[in-house]
Amino acid sequence: MKHLLSIADLSVEEIHSILNLAEEMHDVQSRPVKKLPALRGRTVVNLFFEDSTRTRSSFELAAKWLSADAINVSAKGSSVSKGESMRDTLLTLDAMGVDAIVMRHAGSGAVRQAAGWVRASMINAGDGMHEHPTQALLDAHAIRRHLARNGLGTIDGKRVSITGDLIHSRVVRSNVLLLKKLGASVVLVAPPTLLPPGVETWGVDVSHELDPVLPDVDVAMMLRVQRERMLGGYFPSEREYIDAYGLTAGRLAKLKEGACIAHPGPMNRGLEISSAAADSAGSIVLDQVSSGVAVRMSVLYHLLAGEEQ
Amino acid sequence: MTAIVLSGVQLPDGSTTDLNLADGHIVEEAPSGAETVDCSGLIALPGLVDPHTHLREPGREDTETVLSGSRAAARGGFTAVCAMANTQPVTDTAEKAEHVHGLGLRAGLVDVQVIGAITKGLKGAELAELGLMNRSRAKVTMFSDDGMCVQDASLMRKAFEWVKPFGGVLAQHSQDSTLAGPGACCHEGELSGRLGLGGWPPVAESIIIARDAMLAEATGSRLHVCHITTAEGVDVVRWAKARGIHVTAEVTPHHLLLGTEELVDYDTVYKVNPPLRTSEHREALRAALADGTIDVVGTDHAPHAAQDKDHAFADAKPGMIGLEQALASVIETMVKPGLLDWATVADRMSHAPAKLARLSGQGRPLAVGEPANVVLVDPTRTAVVDKDASASLSRNNPYHGRLLPDPIEATYLRGRETYRRG
Repeated sequence: MKHLLSIADLSVEEIHSILNLAEEMHDVQSRPVKKLPALRGRTVVNLFFEDSTRTRSSFELAAKWLSADAINVSAKGSSVSKGESMRDTLLTLDAMGVDAIVMRHAGSGAVRQAAGWVRASMINAGDGMHEHPTQALLDAHAIRRHLARNGLGTIDGKRVSITGDLIHSRVVRSNVLLLKKLGASVVLVAPPTLLPPGVETWGVDVSHELDPVLPDVDVAMMLRVQRERMLGGYFPSEREYIDAYGLTAGRLAKLKEGACIAHPGPMNRGLEISSAAADSAGSIVLDQVSSGVAVRMSVLYHLLAGEEQ
Repeated sequence: MTAIVLSGVQLPDGSTTDLNLADGHIVEEAPSGAETVDCSGLIALPGLVDPHTHLREPGREDTETVLSGSRAAARGGFTAVCAMANTQPVTDTAEKAEHVHGLGLRAGLVDVQVIGAITKGLKGAELAELGLMNRSRAKVTMFSDDGMCVQDASLMRKAFEWVKPFGGVLAQHSQDSTLAGPGACCHEGELSGRLGLGGWPPVAESIIIARDAMLAEATGSRLHVCHITTAEGVDVVRWAKARGIHVTAEVTPHHLLLGTEELVDYDTVYKVNPPLRTSEHREALRAALADGTIDVVGTDHAPHAAQDKDHAFADAKPGMIGLEQALASVIETMVKPGLLDWATVADRMSHAPAKLARLSGQGRPLAVGEPANVVLVDPTRTAVVDKDASASLSRNNPYHGRLLPDPIEATYLRGRETYRRG
């Protein structure tokens, strides 16, 4: 594996390898001394053209716990406005001899474009409305741990609902690809205004209603809905959205025993997810965060540890 | 002036003859001492006329000048191009129009017909000086905010009314900005959903064509639809023509040949506005060009510097060059499959665009007494396109690396050779 650009590029074997190593990395987090020497001497740059707190700090910790040197480069505001082309920004960093570039950009496909220009390994930390592969991997990791804790088997054969602003979401694209490769069935829930075009070709079920979906799912994944989307006419009001799609306290009761609730964050409590749901026993929201570091350690290891130093 | 005999050349109607070029015209008998060019196996077409070219001068002379664009046009078989108004500054006054017109005369390789802006600075708020541009030395007859669409229906109506007395035509870039805003960069459909690129729905085009057609009908004025890309848009044009509305439509070589699937690797050379469409739209465009619903081919030749393309797909500038491969694309998509014969190619790429822009000395039949604007075409030759073998200053060539027809042998502007295959 040279780059991690899209879940579509990963084989099932590679996915299992990443998730299995993430289990081992996860155990490291509970040790008092968390540092492993695996990537000593390697350099990882976090290149964020878009603001991020949790993804950036998660990648930074992952690199540091593997003893890599990690630096953060904020290139906020598109390079267009600075007068430098995105290509030049990438070539500049690459010329410094870094080993991996973790990149987030508001433009879909930007990380794939970058991979065509640089020598370093590129890791997609979120490209526009396209993909966020490490988020999907950490979601799968957190779901796997939940299933294992409760003696519920593996992701294979499980049913997962993904509800929210799907048209603008990079998380949903990566998750659909990954969950299908792991044998889960996926149902997407959103109003027609928030569904991506062509979703009928994705090999998933689609519902405009949440209520009939909930009793059958093993995982209810809720995605953030930005309040500003109301301005674009994507939904009429918060209360109308909540009435149809919010995981309210009332809807919690529809979930079957052992079902878990996931949310990649940041949560809009009271909009797509109620506090009752976010803080319920079935919620794996914080497990997702701790899974993030473990999965990113595993990804960095897979991309960098195999190479000649 | 030298005289030339194009010996044994095939005319668009299929007949074979000698064309004698002298004193800028096609003449009955070649003067003594005329140079004879053996044209066996070659077809003569009237010099091609491009109703839609971006020459970038003034403002971005690093990407194209009137001279370099004229060279590229001559290499593509053109003897006239219509220069779009979205330069820096915008061509929205008589003085600016005359400046570009003068640059065209100085380059002297093709007739450069200036297109004026519809609104000042392409801002869509106030009318540009349409009549003054028309009465200037540039004799502007076609007006366009291309790159931008005039969103305000009332302003569009007044523009139609203003240009009607002098026979002007409004060339609209049909894009409803509320349906396809600045983030729209990929045909809305399965691929835009998969790639996460902003969708550009067909209805954003057809709704403006319908609106403008009705405004043209209400005012009795002339509408030209730039770079039509959708089956729905074609249907609206067909309906408008059946109603007797004065409307013409244009298709680009790239929308005939290339499809939205080219975007799969986010290569920004394929970013163009309106975007490349799916095969069902492409088929509708080809059929409409064949049956005359679409009147003209316009290149929308849009040079850009590499640094303006080396961005994320959504941030890169839209546009691709196309003067040199325009006829190649039409041969590949229309002539080879039998959708167009050579006489109809001459119509769509010479007669009809000249009529659209009211160019009296262009788009004429290849007959005695007519201006000697001729392009010699080898219909069988092919080559792999090399973007570096171009007269354009820019390299955003979407045909690079493709095996395509390589038809242009020579171009003559009023009897003078402006290009010959080297």
